Amino acid sequence: MNVLGPVDDIPLGEGRSYTVDGEMIAVFRLRDGSLRAVSAVCPHLGGPLADGQIDNRVVVCPLHLNAWDLTTGCSKSGQPPISVYPVREDHGRILLGE
Amino acid sequence: MTQKLVVIGNGMAGARTVEEILARNGDYAVTMFGDEPYGNYNRIMLSNLLAGVETEDGIFLNDLAWYRENGITLNTGTRIERIDASARTVYDAEGNGTRYDKLIIATGSHAWVPPIKGIHRPGRGYHQGVFAFRTLDDTRGMIRYARDHERAVVIGGGLLGLEAARGLQSHVSHVTLLHAMGHLMNTQLDERAGEMLKGSVENKLGIDVIVNAMTSEILGKDRVTGVKLGDGTVIECDVVVVAAGIRPNTAMAADSGLSVERGIVVDDQMRVAGHEDVYAVGECAQHRGDLYGLVAPLWDQAKVLADHITGTTGVAYEGSRVSTKLKVAGIDVASMGLREPETDEDEVIVYNEPRKGIYKQLIIRDNVLVGATLVGDNRKAAALIQAFDRGLPLPDERAELIFDIGGAVEESPADMPDDVQVCNCNGVSKGAICGVVTGGCKTVSGVMDATRAGKGCGTCKPLVQRIVEWANGGEAEEDPAASWYVPGVPMPKPELMIAIRKYRLTSVSSVFEKLVPGGTHDAKSKMGLASLLKMMWADEYVDERDARFINDRVHANIQRDGTFSVVPQMKGGVTTPGQLRKIAEVAEKYDVPMVKLTGGQRIDLLGVPKEKLPAMWADLDMPSGYAYAKSFRTVKTCVGSDFCRFGVGDSTALGIALEERYQGLEGPGKMKLAVSGCPRNCAESYVKDVGVVAIDGGKWEIYVGGAAGAHIRKGDLLTTVSSADEVITLTGRFLQYYRENANWLERTYSFVPRIGVDRIREIVVDDADGIALALDAAVQQAVQAYRDPWKERSDPATPGQFRTSLPLTVLPQVPVRG
Repeated sequence: MNVLGPVDDIPLGEGRSYTVDGEMIAVFRLRDGSLRAVSAVCPHLGGPLADGQIDNRVVVCPLHLNAWDLTTGCSKSGQPPISVYPVREDHGRILLGE
Repeated sequence: MTQKLVVIGNGMAGARTVEEILARNGDYAVTMFGDEPYGNYNRIMLSNLLAGVETEDGIFLNDLAWYRENGITLNTGTRIERIDASARTVYDAEGNGTRYDKLIIATGSHAWVPPIKGIHRPGRGYHQGVFAFRTLDDTRGMIRYARDHERAVVIGGGLLGLEAARGLQSHVSHVTLLHAMGHLMNTQLDERAGEMLKGSVENKLGIDVIVNAMTSEILGKDRVTGVKLGDGTVIECDVVVVAAGIRPNTAMAADSGLSVERGIVVDDQMRVAGHEDVYAVGECAQHRGDLYGLVAPLWDQAKVLADHITGTTGVAYEGSRVSTKLKVAGIDVASMGLREPETDEDEVIVYNEPRKGIYKQLIIRDNVLVGATLVGDNRKAAALIQAFDRGLPLPDERAELIFDIGGAVEESPADMPDDVQVCNCNGVSKGAICGVVTGGCKTVSGVMDATRAGKGCGTCKPLVQRIVEWANGGEAEEDPAASWYVPGVPMPKPELMIAIRKYRLTSVSSVFEKLVPGGTHDAKSKMGLASLLKMMWADEYVDERDARFINDRVHANIQRDGTFSVVPQMKGGVTTPGQLRKIAEVAEKYDVPMVKLTGGQRIDLLGVPKEKLPAMWADLDMPSGYAYAKSFRTVKTCVGSDFCRFGVGDSTALGIALEERYQGLEGPGKMKLAVSGCPRNCAESYVKDVGVVAIDGGKWEIYVGGAAGAHIRKGDLLTTVSSADEVITLTGRFLQYYRENANWLERTYSFVPRIGVDRIREIVVDDADGIALALDAAVQQAVQAYRDPWKERSDPATPGQFRTSLPLTVLPQVPVRG
């Protein structure tokens, strides 16, 4: 379990990158208020997923617009899947891990 | 229980129908009867066999093993003489009966041999040296005989006769083609096209052609020595090939009491009239009064019959629109629909270039192609056949129908190998596209999403569409979203704008919540909506930062390694030593890996980490050049009248003024402008979204809709004006009209031809709709709402706006150029 910081660090509908145990994780704050965490690196050509646009289901990589489901990590455009991590808000803080 | 299916005829129609039935897992025990002692071969290829460019093995479609593997009982060399429909039994020549539950008659055609004196020898078939051209045996006999002989005459100047003549050239030194009608291929071609073909056949192939040639006698006692024509002319020869046409094989059906007119009469399910379980298919069938001798209609019939006989209800064959595209004797010929116009209203377009043997004729009625003939150049054939088959609306520029004007040659998907790369940006092959279609995705946009084909520069989109249509058997499924402004809100742009105004929706999230069923947000729609709302509401727009693409969030263009590029504004491409010095200092201070001049006459600092952007902007202290947004980008200029000895107008001053006024203006797509000081056009004004050219006499020409990127188009002349002020006003008015009416990501090179430059001129220049003042006011409001986004540096719009998103190590490392 890791505390990544205050949830207000992430604007609604956007994502930010965090380094956790040497690994880059993109955390998104959906417009419904919930959080999602996925691996920060696009498996296609290494794009920064935290810079991608999201809705309540998917993230779209900013480089070549491939899309992944934020809950399952499955690609919507024929790419390999990305890792997803459990994440939640607790008293205004972002908690990563079970 | 498995039913017994008997097929009379083992040619292309019979075998294809059985293949289609097997493909539908039809539960039948199949017995086939073939007159010829072979499996099923491709009759169309016999001319290639004759010419020696194909082998016998190469023309077989189904060899005997295929019949075995599929449990089909094949009786070759067996002719069925009689059908007893009441007893559901067919009888062969020996009187052996075979019972059936369902019967398919696919007896095809035979060669028609005109009644010519001396063509037969009593009791021994054809005279020695005379051949019909229909079967594999005919072809073998012809090849064997022709080898030892020198001069051949072919009777019949249709498709088959021409192919026979061409093929015989591989075996004999001299070929003469006799045609009873006034011009070659008179069934498919009009007189002029036939003449053109004759010229090519004679001059390019060296075959003598005689038209209006009635053959009256075959000469020679023991063997052929010549033919005699109606006018007494004698042509010496030792081989005669008769290719005067075909007649359907219907005698057996007629003798058995089936309904036969010119062919065996069938209904829309290919059922023989009055017989529930007897069908006919292929050349022997007469459907709605038509007989077909081409392969495409036959495939259509086979499909319908197979569907029907395997239990699919509601299928009907409704006739075929016949078109052909082929090489006749090595010469490209295509024909479809009408040969000649039928009424005075029919629009006829003809191109004729005798020196090259090219002839093209189109017949258009009510803006739909109803006939076309091409000789000598088939490059547009696939597109024309598609337009003809589907009755597609035709381009206003009719020349585009017969020539490839300034674009890539339109390839037919059927002709493309599977591994050919269709999308050169994302590396998607034709095979990959077809695979997705086969997998069940039948819409163009769905296939594009799944493969990313067409999602790069977009130039291959029409080809992707054609491949999806082709792979789906002719038509893609209608994608309702195709007309929507963005994929996630079910409305075209005009309706969307009305709804946005009606409910006063000033933010992207409010649009999703109000206008999308279920209020579902859509990531891929946000950027388009943000652009639209900003255009509609200007400073009333509620700017939700997550609706912006990363470029617009941080006012820089994201690069492949996750860094950004910084392009300061340099109006009209004019700079100063002080500005250059500052840029150089900043580049050094921040270790910028690459400094590059852009195509838009500015300086690009590439490879800047996101977190360094604000500090760099502060050090530069120059406004943003907007080299990252779907917006007004830059005005390229030439030196103009100040220094250039040819310049007739002050292009730099006007370019700077335009950029000053419209900097940062957002739109549905990028807007790249240019001003040239004379018609030498050094600033490339003809290929810009708006391009201005000074002409002598203090006037300025304004061109719109040009492009020189993935798509190349010369802009259309909108108007010519007498002052720089008018240029500035009309540019703004045009851009505003484009902003309000173009679809998301629709550049002016698509928008202008879609609306038509004449219509745009009416609105923008002549104010025919009375909206000019409103357009001017709207663009003025947008101009006033402009804020230099690089000023956000001292006051970030969101927490962590410029925080890095870069992964630690995995990105491609871009080398530093020193």
